[in-house]
Amino acid sequence: MSNRIYIYKRYERFWHWSQALLIITMMITGFEVHGSYLLLGFKKAVQLHTLAAWTLLTLWAFTIFWQFTTGEWRQYLPSLKNVGAMIKYYTVGIFTNAPHPFKKTVSQKHNPLQRLAYLALLAFISPLIWGSGLFYLFYGDWARLGIDKSLSLEVIASLHVLGAYMITAFFFIHVYLTTTGHTVFAHIKAMITGWEEEDDHHQPQAAKSR
Amino acid sequence: MNFIKYTLATIAALALIAPAQANNAPENPKPSPKLLKSTADHSKFKELQQTFNSGPEVTKVCLSCHTEAAKQVHMTKHWTWEYRNPETNQLLGKKHVINNFCTSTASNYGFCATCHIGYGTENQHFDLTSETNVDCLVCHDQTGKYKKPSGFFGSPVAKDTEFPPGSGKIVKGINLAEIAQKIGKTRRQNCGGCHYNGGGGDGVKHGDLDSTLDNPDKDLDVHMSADGGNFTCATCHKTDGHQVPGSRYAPTAMDKGSPEIRGKHGHDNPSTCQSCHGQAPHKKEAKLNTHTAKVACQTCHIPAFARGDVPTKMSWDWSTAGKRDKDGKPLVIKNEEGHTTYIGTKGDFVYGENVRPEYLWFNGTVKYTLADDKIDKANEPIFINKFEGSPDDGKSMIWPVKVFKGKQPYDVENKTLTTNHLAGADDSAYWTNLDWPKALHAGAASVGKTFSGKYDFIETRGMWPITHMVAPKDKAVPCQECHTRADDGRLKSITGVYIPGRDTKGWLDLLGGLMIAGAIGGGLLHGVVRIATRRKEK
Repeated sequence: MSNRIYIYKRYERFWHWSQALLIITMMITGFEVHGSYLLLGFKKAVQLHTLAAWTLLTLWAFTIFWQFTTGEWRQYLPSLKNVGAMIKYYTVGIFTNAPHPFKKTVSQKHNPLQRLAYLALLAFISPLIWGSGLFYLFYGDWARLGIDKSLSLEVIASLHVLGAYMITAFFFIHVYLTTTGHTVFAHIKAMITGWEEEDDHHQPQAAKSR
Repeated sequence: MNFIKYTLATIAALALIAPAQANNAPENPKPSPKLLKSTADHSKFKELQQTFNSGPEVTKVCLSCHTEAAKQVHMTKHWTWEYRNPETNQLLGKKHVINNFCTSTASNYGFCATCHIGYGTENQHFDLTSETNVDCLVCHDQTGKYKKPSGFFGSPVAKDTEFPPGSGKIVKGINLAEIAQKIGKTRRQNCGGCHYNGGGGDGVKHGDLDSTLDNPDKDLDVHMSADGGNFTCATCHKTDGHQVPGSRYAPTAMDKGSPEIRGKHGHDNPSTCQSCHGQAPHKKEAKLNTHTAKVACQTCHIPAFARGDVPTKMSWDWSTAGKRDKDGKPLVIKNEEGHTTYIGTKGDFVYGENVRPEYLWFNGTVKYTLADDKIDKANEPIFINKFEGSPDDGKSMIWPVKVFKGKQPYDVENKTLTTNHLAGADDSAYWTNLDWPKALHAGAASVGKTFSGKYDFIETRGMWPITHMVAPKDKAVPCQECHTRADDGRLKSITGVYIPGRDTKGWLDLLGGLMIAGAIGGGLLHGVVRIATRRKEK
């Protein structure tokens, strides 16, 4: 039988799912504001988008606090070690039923590719979206702040939309990769319950005995 | 101990509440029905208890107390029908402009002077210095009985009069003494008598002014409805020494002032929205205040014009005028609603109701095509008046306008719009004889010009600011009617401003689309290969 490890703590799961909800809300409302479609009406879309943004900022304030007090922030430190093995697994191994080269533990819950991806998200896409988004949100105060001559709404909005496209692409890849556990829903289940079931598959002996 | 504390606290609390309760008694008790707003009951004045045979006789009596009133009126456009725009140096006013409705007042005074605030306005050379010719009653009548019939050069008729002479038709005389005795503050009907009926009928000209404003519901006009602000016209167009603020010759396109405070006169024009509402009027939805730098209030708050069930004219084609019916009379064609769509004396009309305005950048400068201005058929349509503005001049806002389409005669050789003699019993008036050359000769002569003899019709456009009939806030234009990529977006043609939801860069959406398609496609492909290879194993 498989072993179970408690990998995602309660706050982490709460953070993940509420953030997921907020980001999905912002994707749907954001692209409506961008004019891609008409769903809620422009006004409601703007209102909901703004509300979700402030809520997510608040959530992040708590999460940053949590990351540092628990030391969990170390999970996002990048490492180039075994990146090649991960790439090889996703491009070849996964199709040949090769064992997963990375074993999740409580102290290392992200594989090296994941670490790189999350770091890119944090260091690049996130500042792009939040930076442009806050300028966008406070457009009405540009004149008062004396920046109305040096900024253009068109540039700010375009940067924000660029960031939005990136995170949307990230979202779809992220959702697809949740299906790459030992069963299709294993990762999602772990993110809901907190418990990761270790697959026998990881143990080379078990694999051979099949 | 505690008991004493509570007792003391209760006494202290009562001491505080008691005077407050006394203060709750209304400071200003509702005026009793007998309280007259005016300090004078004009029916008690002996001077007004007489039979008046003409308007000037009444004015003479008015001026015996209101000694300076006529001099004040002399300084208004209502009296002079003339306005020199300091910005463009153009000489405007009803006396001078040519429009694309009945085209011009010159040589049609018998008819047009019905709306002049003076008596005996025979022609454009009427005596500007006459005090007794100032018409006090037309603006101050409270009875609704005061009339200045067509054909009488702006004078009322005091005795039953046959008009036109020999026609057997009788114009009823009105009792000027009764009207004079009941005089009062200007009501909306006084203003409306002329301003509702511009262009020859109710709602015809402006589109945002018609008789439905006499008693509008809240949806039609949030300020003027009885259950709304119950404003009269003069609440916003607050006069000072008979000077009426708010002008379409020189409108205030942008007002960056603060709201007016009693006793302070911060505003040149107290009829702007901002003079009451200020620069950040949206309290609950502050985001909307980010619009006020570039978008006129009217653009969102007046979703359509001619909203009150009275249609407005959208076009007038003089070139088709002249047809007669079987009996030789000018042909008349009416639509199902009873509105004339064709009349032999005037041509074809198109009406509109609930019309969405057109939008443009407007800086307050209106440039007219006047009688002396050269026009060229190649530049059709000719703008009778053009609202100027641009996104970058720092003075423009996005404004709603009614664009009125006309097709009217012009002098092919002189290359000018013509002054047309339309009304009158003589044999050159177009409405009597349907003969353009005669009407154009007579019209030109009336302003000291010569008609070349060659005429044709030319397309013209007139612009009217849409600023009245403000809807309640829940009936304002929904955001997505401007913030949209749709071809029928209200601000589709507005340039020089980035409008979220309307504007995007093609390359950005292409790049983004490729990223998303790549993410989804990559996942799908990867998944399909996973499924395929898994089957192979089994």
